[in-house]
Amino acid sequence: MDLLTCHEQMLTIRRFEEAVERLFREGRIGGTAHTCIGQEAVAVGTAAALQPQDAVTSTHRGHGHFLARGAEPGRLMAELFGRATGYLRGRGGSQMMMDASIGFYGANGITGGSIPFAVGLALDAKLRGTKRVALCFFGDGAASQGVFHETLNLAALWKLPVVFLCENNGYAMSTTASRSLAHPHVADRATVYGIASAQTDGNDLLAVRQTVADALDHARCGHGPFLLECRTYRLSGHSRGDPREYRARDEETAAWQREPIARFEAYLLAQKLATDADLTARHAAAKARIEQAIQFAEESPLPDAASVAQGVFA
Amino acid sequence: MRTVTYTQILRETLADALRRDPRVFLMGEDIGTYGGAFGVTRGLLQEFGPERVRDTPISEPAFVGAAIGAAAAGSRPVVEIMFMDFIALAADQLINMAAKLRYVYGVSCPLVVRTPIGGGRGYGATHSQSLERLFTGVPGLQIVAPATVSDASALLQTALAGADPVIFLEHKLLYPLREELPEGLPPALPFGRARVVCEGRRATIVAWSGMVPQAERAAELLAAEGIQAEVLDLRTLVPLDTETLVASARKTGRVLVVEEGPRTGGFAAEVACRIFEAAHDSLDAPIRRLAAPDCPLPAARNLEAACLPNAESIATEVRALVR
Ligand SMILES: Cc1ncc(C[n+]2csc(CCOP(=O)(O)OP(=O)(O)O)c2C)c(N)n1
Ligand SMILES: [Mg+2]
Repeated sequence: MDLLTCHEQMLTIRRFEEAVERLFREGRIGGTAHTCIGQEAVAVGTAAALQPQDAVTSTHRGHGHFLARGAEPGRLMAELFGRATGYLRGRGGSQMMMDASIGFYGANGITGGSIPFAVGLALDAKLRGTKRVALCFFGDGAASQGVFHETLNLAALWKLPVVFLCENNGYAMSTTASRSLAHPHVADRATVYGIASAQTDGNDLLAVRQTVADALDHARCGHGPFLLECRTYRLSGHSRGDPREYRARDEETAAWQREPIARFEAYLLAQKLATDADLTARHAAAKARIEQAIQFAEESPLPDAASVAQGVFA
Repeated sequence: MRTVTYTQILRETLADALRRDPRVFLMGEDIGTYGGAFGVTRGLLQEFGPERVRDTPISEPAFVGAAIGAAAAGSRPVVEIMFMDFIALAADQLINMAAKLRYVYGVSCPLVVRTPIGGGRGYGATHSQSLERLFTGVPGLQIVAPATVSDASALLQTALAGADPVIFLEHKLLYPLREELPEGLPPALPFGRARVVCEGRRATIVAWSGMVPQAERAAELLAAEGIQAEVLDLRTLVPLDTETLVASARKTGRVLVVEEGPRTGGFAAEVACRIFEAAHDSLDAPIRRLAAPDCPLPAARNLEAACLPNAESIATEVRALVR
């Protein structure tokens, strides 16, 4: 993925998530959703480093991971609208999306739920000798699940090709990472299992892309799992309608100064990789793409309710 | 008199216990500043402080297990599991420890696990389940499912004063429910007493938790057609008030059991069987069950609605039952 495509992807995700928040406020979509505003560089930097055969698992906050991996915004939006054209024909909703054909093995509504699943993908890759690496996104909150520790041990023991990517956005719902983690660095958990690890600035697209590429290489070459911690900030509320009473507006304002898109644009301009006009055009294109996605979703038919009980078994 | 919601009365009941009994403490994810995902514990952190209103990491097996240990040692923990779906992670501690403490080890475990259940909000397959069936067959766990504002307090008080573990189910659609009540808390209610919601002679509708208001509305629809249905609210699944069920079945001779979860393996089957065992000679028709189809609950509004029993589908079943 070249740098301008990365920029375009980050914008697509940002506009998509802003639209999701607006659509909830307007009552045009229901249920719930978790948006990833401020975390776009993690999703896109990672996707830029992945190879086509690689597998990704995601979390409840998965729209960005999915879009970066190549999801069509229209079909993703249609899933949020509960339409037949959605990725899972309305059966999944925001927290449960999957498209194995592009190596996206699912958002997951259970915090930490996809961590052992990713190791299963890696085990399959090892047993069948594919050159696939499984990359597992999880949050700072999910790091407190027991299954995370069990899975690290298993993956290390069996030297599986898996990259655990902790997206440390500072919060698990209202709980700051400092109130849920006894030790501040999730990456340090690697030490006791003899796993390689690194930490990086998750708001720096180039740093994420490089670190993930290194981690994938490590796993692909048979050196076993890699634990990577990307530090970022969840500018969004936790989920729809979160009043964010647990943090100060000043903290958010300061975090906005570090948000990844403007930062990457400054880099592109400074390096003369893009002009102001290029960026403006891309902003307009991203906006249009999301408007189209909404239109596609809204014009799509509802899923067939009569067959709702079908498809439980093959 | 005052108007009070289901959420509010739960909060007041918890606050009352925290005030009166220093052994009581609350534990769960985001129950402090955030006040819990559904706002039940809002404000309690401010009054009782972080030692007694404890935010936990996302570690269900650890904090449920810890609550069981604390209860065995003499504390009175009240744990919140944010959605009942997540109780699956802590199931081992509940099934293999909490449920065994009194009978096998001879130790008391005064634990309350509060948890929201049910669909109707489009939250999808892992945030909408009614998993009481996983625990009703585990002797040693009491399963409580209040359907009204006053019952929510009355049964929670009993749970808080008890000596054995309770899984306390709060249907998400019940939280905004309002009731006119006198100041203070309603009197506590013993477990194992079903409530006769409305009397009738033609058929009995058995329901619990979120299905009770639907059954009540169905009875209104049916009454308008001249079909007088009796509605029973189980209040507690374990212990189960077989006596009231059987008495009603003997009176009406026709029984419909309504359950929000999928049909197969549901608690409705247990209810139907208890009635059949004791009252088969009084039944004028086979007992019917109305439940969700045997599939995960989908997220899309129209698909979810197609799965969940409601007043109309309950009324349809009763019409067929009395025909
Ligand atoms: C097993 C389980 N427990 C609790 C929840 C409720 N919940 C959903 S997201 C979340 C916070 C997750 O925090 P983190 O892993 O840091 O991810 P983030 O939300 O920051 O992306 C919680 C507590 C859940 N979905 N599953
Ligand atoms: Mg987080």
